[in-house]
Order: sequence, then structure tokens, then C-alpha cells
Amino acid sequence: MLQTISLFAPQLLLAVTASLLLGFGVSKTGDRSIIVRYISVGLLVLFAFIGFILGQPIGEAFKGALHVDNYSHYVNMFLGLSAAAALMFSKSYFQTEKLDRYEYSILVLYAVLGMSIMVSANSLLSLYIGIELQSLALYVMAAFNRDSLRASEAGLKYFVLGAISSGLLLYGSSLIYGFTGSLEFDRIAEVVSAGATPGIIAGMVFLLCGLAFKISAAPFHMWTPDVYEGSPTPVTGFFSAAPKFAAMALIARLVVGPFGDVLAQWQQVIIALAIMSMFIGAIGGLAQSNIKRLMAYSSIANMGYALVPLAAGTAAGVKGMLIFMSIYVISVIGIFSCILQMRIRNGMVEKISDLAGLSKTNKSLAIILSMFLFSLMGIPPLLGFFGKWFAFAPAVGAGLTWLVVLALIASVIGAFYYLRLIKAMWFEEPENEFVEAPKTLRFLSGITVLMIFPLLMLPFIASSSQSLISLAAESLF
Amino acid sequence: MFNSIPILSLITFIPLFGALILGVIAKASGASGREQLDKNAPGVALVVSGVVLLLSFILTIDFNTASAGFQFIEELDWLGGGIKYRLGVDGISILFILLTAFLTPLCILASAKSIKSRMLEYMVAFLILETLIIGVFVSLDLILFYLFFEAVLIPMFIIIGVWGGKNRVYASYKFFLYTLLGSVLMLAAILWIYVYSGQQLGSPTTDMRVLMTELKIPGGAQTWLWLAFFASFAVKMPMWPVHTWLPDAHVEAPTAGSVILAGVLLKLGGYGFLRFSIPMFPNASLELAPIIFWMSVIAIIYTSLVAYRQNDIKKLIAYSSVAHMGFVTMGIFTFNMQGIQGGIYQMLSHGVISAALFFCVGVIYDRMHTREISFYGGLVKYMPVYAAFFMLFTMANVGLPGTSGFVGEILTMVGAYQVSPWIAAGAAIGMILSAMYALHLYREVIFGEQTNDKLDGIADMTKSEWIVLAPLAIMTIVLGVYPALITDITSVSVENLIADFATATGEK
Repeated sequence: MLQTISLFAPQLLLAVTASLLLGFGVSKTGDRSIIVRYISVGLLVLFAFIGFILGQPIGEAFKGALHVDNYSHYVNMFLGLSAAAALMFSKSYFQTEKLDRYEYSILVLYAVLGMSIMVSANSLLSLYIGIELQSLALYVMAAFNRDSLRASEAGLKYFVLGAISSGLLLYGSSLIYGFTGSLEFDRIAEVVSAGATPGIIAGMVFLLCGLAFKISAAPFHMWTPDVYEGSPTPVTGFFSAAPKFAAMALIARLVVGPFGDVLAQWQQVIIALAIMSMFIGAIGGLAQSNIKRLMAYSSIANMGYALVPLAAGTAAGVKGMLIFMSIYVISVIGIFSCILQMRIRNGMVEKISDLAGLSKTNKSLAIILSMFLFSLMGIPPLLGFFGKWFAFAPAVGAGLTWLVVLALIASVIGAFYYLRLIKAMWFEEPENEFVEAPKTLRFLSGITVLMIFPLLMLPFIASSSQSLISLAAESLF
Repeated sequence: MFNSIPILSLITFIPLFGALILGVIAKASGASGREQLDKNAPGVALVVSGVVLLLSFILTIDFNTASAGFQFIEELDWLGGGIKYRLGVDGISILFILLTAFLTPLCILASAKSIKSRMLEYMVAFLILETLIIGVFVSLDLILFYLFFEAVLIPMFIIIGVWGGKNRVYASYKFFLYTLLGSVLMLAAILWIYVYSGQQLGSPTTDMRVLMTELKIPGGAQTWLWLAFFASFAVKMPMWPVHTWLPDAHVEAPTAGSVILAGVLLKLGGYGFLRFSIPMFPNASLELAPIIFWMSVIAIIYTSLVAYRQNDIKKLIAYSSVAHMGFVTMGIFTFNMQGIQGGIYQMLSHGVISAALFFCVGVIYDRMHTREISFYGGLVKYMPVYAAFFMLFTMANVGLPGTSGFVGEILTMVGAYQVSPWIAAGAAIGMILSAMYALHLYREVIFGEQTNDKLDGIADMTKSEWIVLAPLAIMTIVLGVYPALITDITSVSVENLIADFATATGEK
């Protein structure tokens, strides 16, 4: 009994406490947002490590609906920490915009609950429940600034397109159920290895398309720039980190698990998604003048890179994807915490030109932001380079050298728009006075900048401690 | 002597450490101490780079010239999976470290007066640059090498973009994207080699010593890998026709930026050919050498002609750099003793001469703020000492016997003659053309009628300019009359390189 509870302890923790907090918020009057936020941050941190605290239990819960293994422990850790960080940096924004409501923290908790179900999903049913729980929370968060036209537009757009992707998912699931007679991944894997029929393959392609919406891989990326631009900035920061990692982790679990034996089939889909995302992300960002739209295209491109190692279909490939996504999440959280620190007189920094002369008005912030941008470009010695190295080596090992060459060329095209930000900060004269940054944010970006130096990241990438990620990746096979 | 001290790590990371200290002091002193800091920053940077120069001098003295292998080896665990932190030097790389350590203090000294804004950041950028460049030459691990090689882009981009001239933004983008495109192709090749070494040797490795000697790459793959490395090195070098970023970058960069660019950064390409292309892909090198020869000859002749037509002094010198790098590539791919020795010699001597020429341009640019050739004329009347220095370096650039420029060019041409007299003849035409543009420049700027009243009473060289140019002049002449200073150090390693190459291509 206790054994089973420890398996779904992370989900249990979030489900119970989120509901309790909701009750607390409803029943109490006055300003509840601050206390609910701090409790939520604490819960998310606890959630991140609870799998490790309980000694990394492995097994199946709810009659096989959830499969808990080292993979889910590792991804949960990143989901929890990045959500906690996103929640921290939302504070000052919402306070100055007078949007600070306690429901936001609770929505984050529910979204993370949904993600953790996705990561451990072991049947099509729990997969769908996880995705919908996450998505519904995200739709509301996108439109959280309900008086703003742009935010409402973003929320609606996200909802409508998300509904389409859910439709694709459900249709794919129904096909797979019809042709295999089961919703459980283990059973599906058995049927697939005995011989996959075209119906199963079609169902799998629909599933992947639905999931591609969630990671905003091209050609299912249309919603991303608009939603990123319209949502409140801290929400955008949250969107580009945890949900991406969760959906990517789910794709990996899906393709190497139930469909591990039809590698040749799904590999084509993943490769096509990767190539389109890399180039659409790289080229689409070139002409953007809004930082949030630019980050949207950047995330499209980065999802393309993350799909490259996955296309290898090996444990090393999954490991490469995990390392790449972890580093990507760190970089994105860092960039958004920098952007959120800057306020110009008439509001938030949104345009690239708002950054002009930052190196003169706030040098340390300019240095930190530049390092994150160089890291996203993949320039050594920054962390992003190692992300690319570990992501692309397994793909080369699987004979996909041409795909890696394409990815690297796309990264050169993409480098141009990151350089535009750096140019604005360093080569131009200041136009705006920046307002002093709130303390919570300084604390946050201080932490992130420490993480970007590979030297300080040694425990993360050095040989001895890659074992954590290796274990996580191998537990899928 | 240095068995216990990691001297290579010290040489590499002392500048970075100095940069960090400068940054920390800046942070601690706040806005109030800012002016004082800007004043002191060059001094601190000078001391730091002076220490590096001293250490690399000691390193060179302690270097055993009789041994062909790598010396002062350091090895530490790093990324895992065969990727380690490996440092070491041999006869080919050690002199480039010395060159970098020699030029950096001069750059700092020259910038102390000519840089007007953000002195502190400038010095930090320069010290970081020194760490990265030295890192390229001491790396014995492919990933470590790539890390330093590409990281150079960041400080260089900032230096050109922040302290550059009018068109700096365009030039910095062009520099960055051009070189990045070249180096990502090399990254793809490195990934392939890493994976392939795992398949052939049992466990993947990026140890350059193992890759050079034990890894046998099949012919077809060699050509692709060679081309990928070539893309990177040819852009860095730069070889015709991918040289177009260089004139822009040179013209827009501040004086010291141009010096470090021409003096050391261009050598990364030639060093890469020697270190990777020849030992790791010998068959492909042999096969593709004719293409390199023709590209080199075209570069020598074409860019010399282009240089002749320039109105901007810096641009003229930039194009002449491309021509001189043509001699280097031509020499390296002859695969004989004279050619390769000449290539190395030419790189080192060009490092000194082009640096000196850019400093010379900086001297008059600081006074008049223009680099138009037509603006000047008759400078000898007011600046006799300057005229003498400029004369020496111009002649060295032409390759006058007795200067270091001569040794490199004659050696590479002797090497090329053994392969094909036609190639050597083409290069000889280039030498004549180089005399044409260099003398043209000298006549227009130093001699001739003074056509511009603004030049009245222009001051001759100051003490600090003396301090910068005198060591370069001494080096130019010493290397010109006593080449053994360099060839003694390089010869054993080069012999070894040629011997390995001969066995590898003979096996085919």
C-alpha cells in the first residue's frame, strides 16, 4: 500500500495541496496571493525532489496507468524547479500590473500536476488526462490578464488550436485502440512488435501531430508567436520552459515505448518535424521586432534541435534530448528573468529597440542576458554549446549526420536574431531609463547565471554525474 | 623544471583571471570610482599580459627542441566519454603562444591612449581574447580546441562592434556569421570523428594524439571531413574567395583589434591546417592540394591587385594580409620541409609585420582621424622617425632580404617549386605586385607633395608609440637575419609531421 502511494506521491502532493489552497483562497478574504505563492513555490520544490527523497521508487501505479521510473523522477525535478522559478518571477510583474490573484499560483500547480501525469503516462487514457489537465490550466493562464485584448486573443487562440490538437490526439488514440484493442502502452507494444498494421501507424502519426502542437514544432507552430506575444510576460516564460519539457518527454516515452519496434516509421515523422521546426524557427525570427515573438521562434527552433537526438531512437539519443532540454529550460528561465527585470517608464520591455544601450544603463544585466543569448546560439564555452554537443553526437552515431549538418546550419541562421538583441544592448546608445529591478528577480537571475558557466555545471555534465541522466534515459528501454 | 607546475594552464588562464579581477573591482567600486578605474585598467592589463609573456618566454626556453612529441602535457577529467581536458605544446604550436603573448601587451599599450570610451570593458575583452587564443594553441583535445576556437568570436564581436568605426555593426555581423558558418561545419566533422573513433578504437575519444596516429579514416570520408575542416580554416585564414569579411572587419575594428586579428587570429587557420588537416586526413590533403595551390596563387595575385586600388590604408593592408596568407597555404600543402617551415615562418613573421603596419596606421589615425590615402602626403617632413619605421615595415611586407618577410616567402616558394614551377612562378608574380602596392602606399603617404594643410605640424612619434614599434622592428630584423631562431624550434616537429604524412599516404 505504502509502496503504491510512494509511486504517485508527486501527483498526490500537488493534487491534494492545490485543492486545499483553492479552498483556502475561496474561504478567506483579503490579500491571499502572496502567501499562496510562497506555499506553492515551496510545494513545487518539494515536488521536484520528492521522487529522490523517497528513494526513487520504480513501478506501476493505478493498474498500469502510470509508469514511474527514473525518467519521470528526472523530468519531474526540472518541471518542479522551472515552475517554481517561473512563479517566483511572476510576483513583481503581477504586482505592478495589479493582476496579482492567488488563482495564478494554483493554476501553475494544476498545470504541473498535468505535466507530471504526462511524463509518467503509461496508457493512452492517462496521457490524454495529463495533457488536458495541463492545457486547460495553460489556456486560462494565457488569458490571465482578462481585461487586455491581446491576452484574451492569445487565450482564445491557444484554446481553439489546442482543441484541434486534442482532436487529433483523440482520433489517433481511437485508431490505435481500434487496431490493438488496448489503451495500455505495454499491450500496444506487444501488438506492434507482432506486426504493425497501417491503422496503427496512422494512429501513431495522429498522436505525434497532436503532441507536436504542444511542443510547438513546425508545421504545428502557428499559435506560438501570437500566444507568446499576447500572454503576460511571466506566463510566456512559464510556457516556454516546463510545458515544452513535459511534452517532449512524453513524445520520447511514446516513441521508444509502445512504438519502439516501428522506428523506421516514426523516425521519418520526427525528422520531418525537426527539419521544419529548425528552419521555420530560424528564419521566422529574423524579422521580428518584439522580444516575446522572437523567443517564440527561438523555442520553435530549439524544439527542432531537441527532436534531432530523439530521431536516433537510442538510449543515448534520449539522454541527449534530456540534456538539451534541461539546458534549454535553464536558458529560457534565465532570459525571461532578465527581461522581467527591465521596466521602462511606460511599461515592460517588449521591443528589441527597448534594449538599446542596456550595457551603459545596467551593465551586469546586459552581461548576463548576453551570456544567455550566446548560450542559446550554442557558442562555447557557454552551456548551450554542450547542449548541442550531447544532443547531436547520438544523432551522428545513428547515421543522421546530414540532419546534424542541417541543424547546425539552421543554428547559424538563428544566431542572427540573437545577435540583434546583443547589438541593441552593446552597440547602441541608451534611449530609455530603466526602473530599478525588484529584489526577487535579481536573486533569480543571479542563480541562473551561476548555472550557465559550464565550469559550475561540472556536476551536471561531468562524467561521474551524467549517470543520473543516463539512468533516466535507459529506464525507457 | 615544470613537472609540478601546470604552466600551460597558467599561461592560458592568467589573462582570464586578470579580466575577472578587473570586473570584480569595477563592480565593487560602483559608479563613483569609475573614472579612476578607466585610468588604471590598462596598467593592470599590462601587468597581467606581461606576466603571461614572461611565462611563455620561460616556457620556450625550457622547451626541448630535440623532441618531436608534445611536451608539458596536462590531463584532467572533464566531460567524460573520452573527452578530457588535455593540454600540451610541440614545436609547431609553441611559437604561436609566444607570438600571442608578445602582441597582447603591445596592443594594450597602444590602446591606452587611442581608446576613448569604456576602457575597462575594452581591457577585459582583450584579456579574455588572449586566454582564448592561447587556449587554441595549447589544446590537445578536439572539443577543447573547438571551444577556444569558436569562443574567440564573442570578444572579437564585441570589440569590433563597440569600439569600431562607422560601419562597425555591419562588419561585426559579417565577421561573426561568416566565421560561425565555417566553424559549425567543422563541429559536424568533429562529431563524426568522435563517433567514428568509438567504432574503430572501441571507445570514443577526442584526444588529438590518438586521432592523429591511431585513427584510420577511410578515403571517401576523409575528403568530406577535410572539406568541413577546410570550410572553417579557410574562412579564418582567410583564403580567396571567402576572404571578404576580413577587409570590413579590419577597417572597422579599432587599431589593437586589427592588430590581434591580423597578427594572431588569421594564424588559427594555418595552424588548423597543420594540426588537423594534414595529420588526420593525409590522403585527402594530398588529393586536394592542387586546389589549394591554385586558390593560393589566385589569392596572391588577385588580392595584391585589389590592394593596389584601395583608398583606405587599412583596407590596403588587409588585402595584403590575404595575399600573404596565400603564401602560407601554398607552403603548407607542399608537404615538404621547406614549404611547411616556410609556412610557419611566414605566419610568425606576418604576425609581427602586419601588427606593426596596423600600429603604424594607428599612429597617424590617432592624429588625423582618417585613413584616406589621398588625405596624406609628405609626412616625412614632419615625422622623420615615423617614416623610418614605416619604411622598415613596408619593406618587410614586400619581402626585402634582411627582413623576416623574405625568409618566409623564399622558403614557401622553394617548397612550391619542388612541387610545380608554375605555382612558384605565380607566387613570384605576387611578390612583384606586393612591391607595387606597398611602395605605392609608402610614396603616397610619406613622400610626395604635402597637399593637405591640416597636416601642418603633425607631431612625430610619442614615447609610448616608440615602445610599441621598437620591439616589432627588432623582431623583424632579427628574424630576418637569423631564421634559425625559429626553424630550430620547429624543425623536429615538422620533420615528424612530414614523416607521418609520408607513411600515411604511402600506405594507400
